[in-house]
Amino acid sequence: MATTETAGEGHEEKVIDPIHQFVITPLFHDGPLGLFTFTNSALWAVIAVLCAAALFLLAPTNLVPTRLQSIAESIYEVVDNMTHEILHENARRYFPFVLTLFVFILFANVLGLIPYSFTVTSHIIITLALALTVFIGATIIGFIRNGPGYLKLFVPSGVPVFLLPLVVVIEIVSYFIRPMSLSIRLFANMMAGHMMLKVMAGFVVMLGVTAGWLPLFAMVGLTGLELLVAVLQAYVFALLTCMYLSDAMQVDH
Amino acid sequence: MELDAAKAIGAGIAAIALGGAGVGIGHIFGNYLAGALRNPAAAAGQRGTLFLGFAFAEATGLIGFAVAMLILFG
Repeated sequence: MATTETAGEGHEEKVIDPIHQFVITPLFHDGPLGLFTFTNSALWAVIAVLCAAALFLLAPTNLVPTRLQSIAESIYEVVDNMTHEILHENARRYFPFVLTLFVFILFANVLGLIPYSFTVTSHIIITLALALTVFIGATIIGFIRNGPGYLKLFVPSGVPVFLLPLVVVIEIVSYFIRPMSLSIRLFANMMAGHMMLKVMAGFVVMLGVTAGWLPLFAMVGLTGLELLVAVLQAYVFALLTCMYLSDAMQVDH
Repeated sequence: MELDAAKAIGAGIAAIALGGAGVGIGHIFGNYLAGALRNPAAAAGQRGTLFLGFAFAEATGLIGFAVAMLILFG
């Protein structure tokens, strides 16, 4: 309900501006953004990291879990199952990386749902940095573990010879488009969801007390949907990270 | 003024991509449900694949959405 207040923010008669919530501003001084300017984006990234660290450090380790402990344990379990299903015997080595990624994206997404907060993952530069880390890392690991044999990834077995040139080109393109699709998926989901909420909140304000209740109830549902999307996108990001790492582990597909 | 109108029309056309994503996501979840009802024992093991397919199908539509936003506000 509090989200409705953000719609009219600052300008009364002007049309609603769904992009305004994504503006990055420096926190402590005015002027242009430099390399080390502390912005609202950086602030919320720090808050996400602190919340995630607090969850895992402060959760008690009782035999009968408390609420906080069972949140931490179920997050751990989800990532543990995922890495074991996909990476098999290499799961333990890459588990910390995948858990860190998952928890950071999860907290950045969910904290962004708080009214007046800032969604760190709604900017493509953040998600592209994460995706490129995964992509470059997986490529290096692939070449270290398989040597030049990693290039066999682009030549699937069992393909007719006359189709091979086409398939190889498609495989190479789809390999290099991975960081793009990984980052655009997360950022577009976050941005689309938040803009949808803002537009719907604008409807509440425009229709006023008489008919504004309808979009208000729709907003409650949409916020629930956004919560689902926030968790799901963190899960999908971690899942695809596992898939790319498992491609780097063994080249026989 | 004509540029603004053309921008709005272009953004609307770009948003059609989301229709394709809707078809794809419905297809994936519908087929998953059909398969899960036939063999419920195997359903839980394929949930990861389900979300993977969902993510792939959604990504194509969201690229269309991103293009629409770039046209409107970029």
